[in-house]
Amino acid sequence: MIDIIAGILVILGGAFSLIAGLGLVRMPDIFTRMHASTKAGVLGSTLIMVAVGLVKEDPGTWARVGVAIFFLLLTAPIAAHMIGRASLDDKHRPRHE
Amino acid sequence: MTSSEFLALAVDASFVMIMISLVLGFYRIARGPGFGDRVVSLDMLTISIMGFCGLFAILVEDTAFIDVAVVLALIGFLTTLALARFAERRRKRSEDEA
Repeated sequence: MIDIIAGILVILGGAFSLIAGLGLVRMPDIFTRMHASTKAGVLGSTLIMVAVGLVKEDPGTWARVGVAIFFLLLTAPIAAHMIGRASLDDKHRPRHE
Repeated sequence: MTSSEFLALAVDASFVMIMISLVLGFYRIARGPGFGDRVVSLDMLTISIMGFCGLFAILVEDTAFIDVAVVLALIGFLTTLALARFAERRRKRSEDEA
């Protein structure tokens, strides 16, 4: 039963990573690309990490999985904010139409 | 199909999907067009490779790869931060010269 739940989480995580890659290629400008890659990518990797914790099911693994997810959720928004601020100038503005 | 067979199949399928996402990320790095697009793509690649480490930990049943993912998250964060500061400073310098 645990294996089936972990398998579903793994497939969902891979699908979200794929969506992040697709968004990176298909979106029109840097801000929308950032939107696709950071949010979908973080969710994909988080789901895979939770699946690892479910398969191994010992406290040490859960602690390391928790640290990995914590760093992911802590650092991805800051990094995206920094790149967004750096690339915001007169030529690159978010589109409002 | 037993549940462990389903897990093995799911891990294989997820490996394929993450590989496709890595190829798409490399396409965006090669294509550009700007510096920021490449940095965003590099950030996405780091996060995808973290997922790859998790899948590999399930495949070979070794939790050491989770530590690799943690270190990768920190290094990827610092890389993105440094490149963003570099881009900002470079833009400021070109504005001063103009």
